[in-house]
Amino acid sequence: MARTLRVLIAKPGLDGHDRGAKVIARALRDAGMEVIYTGLRQTSEMIVNAAIQEDVDVVGLSVLSGAHMHYFREVLEGLRARDAEDILVFGGGIVPDQDVPRLKELGVAAIFTPGTSTQEVIDFLRRVPARQEEGQT
Amino acid sequence: MGYDSDHPFSRGEVGKCGVAIASLADMEVLFDGIDPERVTTSMTINSPANAIWAMYLAMAQRKGADLRRVGGTIQNDILKEFIAQKEYIFPPGPSVRLVIDTFEWGPRNVPRWNFISVSGYHIREAGSTAVQELAFTLADGIHYLRKALERGLDIDEFAPRISFFFNLHNDFFEEIAKLRAARRIWARQLREVFGARDPRSWMLRTHAQTAGVSLTAQQPHVNIARVAIQALAGVLGGSNSLHTDSFDEALALPTEEAATIALRTQQVIAYETGIASTIDPLAGSYYLESLTNDMEERCLAYFKEIDALGGVEQAIEAGFFANEIGDASYRQQREIDAGERIIVGVNDYGGPFPEVPLQLVDPEVEEVQRRRLERVRRERDPREVKRALTQLRDAAMNGHNTMPAFLAAAHSYCTLGEQMDVLREVFGVYREPVLI
Repeated sequence: MARTLRVLIAKPGLDGHDRGAKVIARALRDAGMEVIYTGLRQTSEMIVNAAIQEDVDVVGLSVLSGAHMHYFREVLEGLRARDAEDILVFGGGIVPDQDVPRLKELGVAAIFTPGTSTQEVIDFLRRVPARQEEGQT
Repeated sequence: MGYDSDHPFSRGEVGKCGVAIASLADMEVLFDGIDPERVTTSMTINSPANAIWAMYLAMAQRKGADLRRVGGTIQNDILKEFIAQKEYIFPPGPSVRLVIDTFEWGPRNVPRWNFISVSGYHIREAGSTAVQELAFTLADGIHYLRKALERGLDIDEFAPRISFFFNLHNDFFEEIAKLRAARRIWARQLREVFGARDPRSWMLRTHAQTAGVSLTAQQPHVNIARVAIQALAGVLGGSNSLHTDSFDEALALPTEEAATIALRTQQVIAYETGIASTIDPLAGSYYLESLTNDMEERCLAYFKEIDALGGVEQAIEAGFFANEIGDASYRQQREIDAGERIIVGVNDYGGPFPEVPLQLVDPEVEEVQRRRLERVRRERDPREVKRALTQLRDAAMNGHNTMPAFLAAAHSYCTLGEQMDVLREVFGVYREPVLI
């Protein structure tokens, strides 16, 4: 039996706009997922560490500062370097449409931009299989 | 929040949240050819406000300006950082102390300067309701008043230079009522509770900005209509100054075209509609007066709740604001997702729309800034830097007003990061409780 999806919601960098991250975190929790919110001012290293320590299936990055290319790249590289590239990475915030293909090429599974409903995010994550079955380590 | 442009944390962010100012040298470049005695400058800066203000004033002094003739505003409202914008550095106590340093030093040295812009804009953007925005902003203002009086300042000396900054959101009448209620509540507080005698102390002067968060990425040109209506509310509500957002708000930094349309919107209101010619034209409207009364009452109820927790700083540590704002923003999103709250173009009246050009920041900017900083560090006198930073540390540790030390640090080309690092050692850094 698949275990409940574990999701890490993270705020990388100096960006303090946490409204979206918190709303998504609550919505996912209400939808039955296990959500860990990192809080603000996370370095990519802190995010990767948290993702592995918390044994999550998915990492969601919220970036509204314009530094998205930098942080998505670093987090994906960090996960890869720790043999954790099976952790799915998605995100949201202020990301120009033209940057989305480049992010996907880097390995980002989805980017949710302004106007996205919480249901869209929930539906997307519901299609993500948990990394492990219940009872395994 | 106090990191130089070449700090690892600044990677990818240089030049994207306003202009990068790491030292007096940057201020000098920015204001080259501009006479500080003939313009006023507003700086949206908070946790490092003392240092950045000092750099501006040092720049002015180097141009031979008389600080008594230099005017402007620094946002400098650290309480709303803990509540909403989250660009804090130090814990609340020392952060508020730095603000009160400006309350004390400002009127005596730069009398034309508005040393604070107590803000509700960011609180609203974070998801609060209009009443919460009103109440939390004024509660912050009252907290600063109390702290300034605790220091022994005379209320009529600093109160006239306090200014405010509110949001202009979609609910037209509510926003007008909010501004009216704000003025009335503040005047009553200053006159009846704090005993201010100067009528200028009673006056709530405010800037207002149309709600960035209400603008859509879908059908972005429709945002021009939203901004015009929000701006209208601001003028009818009696805002003293106005910022209209650009239609590409949800997409990127504004293009010149988008910023120009935002400006033209104000000009149409100012010169073509006639509405700015009458003070409080909606006074006496049964609906507006009822709304204003209602908002005032609900605001005062919030004051009681915050005071019951021990005041704003205690309420922050207790997570009060985080919970209120978190609940309000989640409720709003549920209403949108359920179709109970319509956002035109997003959950209804959707449709194709043209792509709009985006303003991008050249990544080269970061490199240029890094090299400029290297040069500043190379060319300044290291003994001056050391002396200034020592003076700053002493002032911070011994409870002296820090502004003279900040000014000396600015003149010595100490970088922002260096100054904030000194204070990080003295005051510690703040980690907010992680709440969803």
